[in-house]
Amino acid sequence: MKILVTVSEVAEADDEFEIDGLSIDDRYLTYDLNEWDDYAIEEAVQISESRDDVEVVTVTIGPERAEETIRQGLAKGADRAVRVWDDSIEGSDLLDSNTKGELLAAVAEEEEPDLILAGVQSGDMAFASTGVALASTLGYEWGAVVNNLELDGDMANVHRELEGGVEELTEVELPAVLTIQTGINEPRYASLRGIRQAQSKPLDVKAPEDLGVELGESVLSLTSLEEPETESNVELFEGGAEDSAGQLANLLREKGVDA
Amino acid sequence: MSDILAVTDHRRGDLREVSFETITAGRELADTTGGDLHLAVINGDVESFAESVNRDGVDVIHTVEHGDDFNHNVYTQALEQLSTDIDPKYVVAPHSVNGLDYAPAVAQRLDYPLITDAIGFDAADSLTVTRELYNGKTEAGVSVAEDNAFLTIRPGEWEPAEGDGSATIDAFDAAIDEADVGSTVTGFEEVGSGDVDISEADVLVSVGRGIEDEDNLDLIFDLADALDATVSSSRPIVDNGWLPQDRQVGQSGKSVTPEVYLAIGISGAVQHVAGMKSAETIIAVNNDPSAPIYDLADYGIVDDLFDVVPALTEEFQ
Ligand SMILES: Cc1cc2nc3c(=O)[nH]c(=O)nc-3n(C[C@H](O)[C@H](O)[C@H](O)COP(=O)(O)OP(=O)(O)OC[C@H]3O[C@@H](n4cnc5c(N)ncnc54)[C@H](O)[C@@H]3O)c2cc1C
Repeated sequence: MKILVTVSEVAEADDEFEIDGLSIDDRYLTYDLNEWDDYAIEEAVQISESRDDVEVVTVTIGPERAEETIRQGLAKGADRAVRVWDDSIEGSDLLDSNTKGELLAAVAEEEEPDLILAGVQSGDMAFASTGVALASTLGYEWGAVVNNLELDGDMANVHRELEGGVEELTEVELPAVLTIQTGINEPRYASLRGIRQAQSKPLDVKAPEDLGVELGESVLSLTSLEEPETESNVELFEGGAEDSAGQLANLLREKGVDA
Repeated sequence: MSDILAVTDHRRGDLREVSFETITAGRELADTTGGDLHLAVINGDVESFAESVNRDGVDVIHTVEHGDDFNHNVYTQALEQLSTDIDPKYVVAPHSVNGLDYAPAVAQRLDYPLITDAIGFDAADSLTVTRELYNGKTEAGVSVAEDNAFLTIRPGEWEPAEGDGSATIDAFDAAIDEADVGSTVTGFEEVGSGDVDISEADVLVSVGRGIEDEDNLDLIFDLADALDATVSSSRPIVDNGWLPQDRQVGQSGKSVTPEVYLAIGISGAVQHVAGMKSAETIIAVNNDPSAPIYDLADYGIVDDLFDVVPALTEEFQ
């Protein structure tokens, strides 16, 4: 059995940051493994540990910088990785999900996985659409926002987490793409041994043209990026922790909160 | 080709409120394109749903009956066929968990660019959508270079459509290919509830990822004891198994309306806010002044929770 996991690297902005044109100045960004993908990797690795002959491959659309993040996945137990990138991708502000689906589907067509796990969304862009777009491009079945997964022959029995504490129980035919929700498992920390081994695991780099994908002009572009004008009329208590806690305590007493 | 197709959302026999908000967003789009607003009502009791969504501003309601519940394969096929039929300029659907399960597939099949989780748009010339990026810390304008687009809208951002409408109701004869229905919904489960009902509490001390470690939760329980309050949390605390699921506030947890909601080390992600925005007084303790929680907090302390929380507990002992 082969499991493909889509892994993205996300950018997190510092507490204080500056916007330079249409992006946050790189000085204020920290790059890391996308939280949702961490759970997807864990789910794949757990399946590989509970059965014989399971290969876990990760695929990432990302620049060279992302290799550090990709190695995190390898250190946690993925067997090898594919990274897709070229200058035309670099030049677009925002890859739309149809394009991502096409690029990832081209990799999936080479790999022919039985199961593809994606994160529900990326923490930074949060389009929450790559996994299902990929399934549709590939002609795979799918399920979005999965917080419980059992494989049963050529079926996946999943729970889809709906709003308000309700879960939908769904049978999904394999091969399928499932988008994984946080909390489905407990992602492991990479062991030192895992980190060492990850350095020598294969990490292939492919350009869209290697995959037979020709990228057109980007259909989405950014026209502005700003810190939202806050409608906030928050009243801040200041003067250090003690003082501000004292002011907050007074407020709480006024509101009738007291033991 | 200037019509708009909007998709309604229902679950287990009930239309969801976001359906009416999607009508409003669809009407706004139709007003700028000068086209008609079409609605799709797929599965369930389509006749009674169609009657309920027949609000002011809706021109045509298309119903598709193919089962009681949501099924993404049926939605995808029906919406693809309906779109081929009416050739909408824009399709708009809720950014709900079910929306996430069909919108990308429909957009892919129609080859429409997809922009999700919209909080605003300007369709006067070409389409520019406003949405958040970087965890709610920034707001971006995203412009679409094509004539068509598929949009999903954030729940709670548009007013629900009101007023009786006079739409034509059309039973759309979708040709659902059963061989292409590879998923089956077999049931639903509700997250069990324990002995604490956070939705009944007057004062909630709510803790988020800023607490860093399970052992540090003691600080939060000490404060809650001192205030005679109940402890709730954001999702990561529950995901980590530090608190049971029934303590989770938000989209996939509980909605709460306490008199006082004290958010400690919680950033205020949209899915969290969905469950607590109606609290009477919201107080945030977060050392990041750009955290979105400050957009809705009434009071706040921009400081380290590990200093503020013990000091506050002390005040009440
Ligand atoms: C489909 C779906 C459903 C979801 N449902 C829910 C839901 O029901 N409920 C929910 O909560 N989330 C939900 N989420 C997750 C949501 O998107 C966020 O990931 C989550 O709410 C973040 O939780 P948080 O604020 O505790 O953590 P973070 O976003 O990591 O924020 C932690 C905050 O703590 C602050 N902090 C850190 N250290 C300190 C310190 N020493 N002192 C003071 N402040 C500090 C930081 O500045 C930061 O703002 C859902 C997501 C999806 C995709």
